[in-house]
Amino acid sequence: MSIRIDAGACTGCGRCAEICPGALLRLDEAGRAECRYPGDCWSCAACVKACGRGAIALYRAPELGGLGATLRVKKRGEALAWEFTLPGGAVYVINSQPGNAGEY
Amino acid sequence: MRIRHIDADLLIIGGGAAGCYAAIRAARAAVPGPAPRIALVEKAHIERSGCLAAGVNAINAYIGEGRRPEDYVDYASRDAAGIVRGDLLLSMARRLNGTVRALEEMGLLVLKDGAGGYAARGWRNVRIRGENIKPLLAAAVSAESSVAVFNRVNVTAYLTEDNRIRGAVGFGVTEAVCYVFSAPAVICATGGAAGLYRPNSPGFAGHALWYSPFNTGAGLAMGILAGAEMTTLEMRFVALRCKGSIAPTGTLAQDAGAEQLNRLGEAYGERYGLSTAERVYGTRRENAAGRGPCFLRAARAGSGQWEALCRSYLNMSPVQTLQWVEEASAFSGNVTPPPAPGAEIEGTEPYVNGGHCAGGYWVDSDRQTTLNGLFAAGDVAGGCPQKYVSGAMAEAEIAVFAALDYARRCPLSPASVKARDSSVREALAEAERFLRRPAALFTADQLEEAMQQSMDSYAGGIGAQYRYNGAQLARAGDRIGQLLRLSEALRATDMRELMRIYELRERLILCRSLLAHLEARRESRWPGFGEYAEYPEAEDRWLLYVNSRLRAGEVRILFRDLVGKDERYEHTH
Repeated sequence: MSIRIDAGACTGCGRCAEICPGALLRLDEAGRAECRYPGDCWSCAACVKACGRGAIALYRAPELGGLGATLRVKKRGEALAWEFTLPGGAVYVINSQPGNAGEY
Repeated sequence: MRIRHIDADLLIIGGGAAGCYAAIRAARAAVPGPAPRIALVEKAHIERSGCLAAGVNAINAYIGEGRRPEDYVDYASRDAAGIVRGDLLLSMARRLNGTVRALEEMGLLVLKDGAGGYAARGWRNVRIRGENIKPLLAAAVSAESSVAVFNRVNVTAYLTEDNRIRGAVGFGVTEAVCYVFSAPAVICATGGAAGLYRPNSPGFAGHALWYSPFNTGAGLAMGILAGAEMTTLEMRFVALRCKGSIAPTGTLAQDAGAEQLNRLGEAYGERYGLSTAERVYGTRRENAAGRGPCFLRAARAGSGQWEALCRSYLNMSPVQTLQWVEEASAFSGNVTPPPAPGAEIEGTEPYVNGGHCAGGYWVDSDRQTTLNGLFAAGDVAGGCPQKYVSGAMAEAEIAVFAALDYARRCPLSPASVKARDSSVREALAEAERFLRRPAALFTADQLEEAMQQSMDSYAGGIGAQYRYNGAQLARAGDRIGQLLRLSEALRATDMRELMRIYELRERLILCRSLLAHLEARRESRWPGFGEYAEYPEAEDRWLLYVNSRLRAGEVRILFRDLVGKDERYEHTH
């Protein structure tokens, strides 16, 4: 499992590299985030949540059944909008807010 | 390499839930004299480190309405088939609810029931929206001015003198700095160990693990090398997980009421029992009998239930939700929730983990290890299973009070600075050997894979169906010895690679002790977690602790009598 970084959307702020629990990320020579060790990713999504530009998305490795969809999250106050981009480009959203976070 | 000296009154190694909470409690402790100086050292960054990096959707250790801490002790003892420290469980259980209140004060969203109480899941779980639990803990640490946080510093060895701790030495992960911490008391909170065994999916997805792959057992290895006593490492934890994502199954089983079903649609859970180990065991047996694949499947329900489950898993394992969304869309542009949500299940590779099982440091009732001045809390501390987040924090609280007291009573003597400096020189010379070596035949990644394969084949991994025998354990021991030897000749081209070499060595050192424990307990007490082929039954004469100490390079096993919940345990050495 790993992440995909949209270099065009990355501003080079370095937040993802600062907090990645595996020290897997760094800024490349152009000052954009890159994952140096994609196979070492735990898929904790810390970088996905930390990126203010939505430049980092999670995907599932094919050997685990991944079909090419990606996951990003946008924060609006207490609410989290989890965006799933399906292989054809369609976007599916699950909203998580204090009122509905804990049915389970 | 530059050397940086840090003096503290209390050093905390590891900034996960236990370490962060230890720092917060120490900073707020009412002590005579000036406020203690606290150093919190973390290999990653405390905002997203440890096993809670992704978050968690429930507090799994809580004393619900009408229950007593003693009930929790009984539950945990049954689940561990009797091999627990009653004294540790009871003192932890008494503090569980207080830690949940503390988390809520930090801003954690704890779900409420209609009457304004915590929304419970059974009598010992509380529901939360915990994807941000680590950022909240980290923010609370940062608000304490007496805590100095050292992120991206990998502690590699304790500094000791005459069986007494006096600090630790470590290396920067992103900069070439050697850190020397001096402190009269130290709390180890580095967590358990993942990555000892070949995982479910080796290769590119090799870090799709239950436990953080960055938890390497560092604190256990440092303790072993310093001669500290360890307990119950042989009670390895094997988690029952959703296949692929390796996401937790408790939410599906407990909240959605999902049953374990084999391919024939038979609910097989009751046939084997429903303790943690029995759930894993039953699933393995069903697969072995040709009745797999096995699933956890909820009774038929509306799409609302599916989306609620999806939301819940986003709090702790977003990839599981991604998996469900992918399955529900299957290349079409639309998401069609299934009539009965669920997931295929499988057992993971074994872990050493004192938060779910009982393997870890042997501690006294105050959480002091056998190394004077060194305390342990959280998943690195043994004897106290089923602690989870709130229990790890409760242990941190207990350890903090005892450690601050120890620091006051037993300050460091300035006379021993010379001894410290010689230990530091030794540690620095070792690191520089790895960094300066011009070339090496093998890499740390290769040796790690070799270790995982040996443990898998010979020490009861997934590939061996969690079974092992004496001859295989001996073979594994030989291989681990060879790999330890080979690891001395590794080369690091930067500070992160240096960390990887230390991580490999930590795992190998822990494996060596784990193998001795597996060999010593000649019974099969937890068949879901492992089976000793020559000794397939559990026997009452093994109602004791298997402990170990490293002496002159050999792992020496010792047996100790069970400690009950009404006893107080002190080390006699």
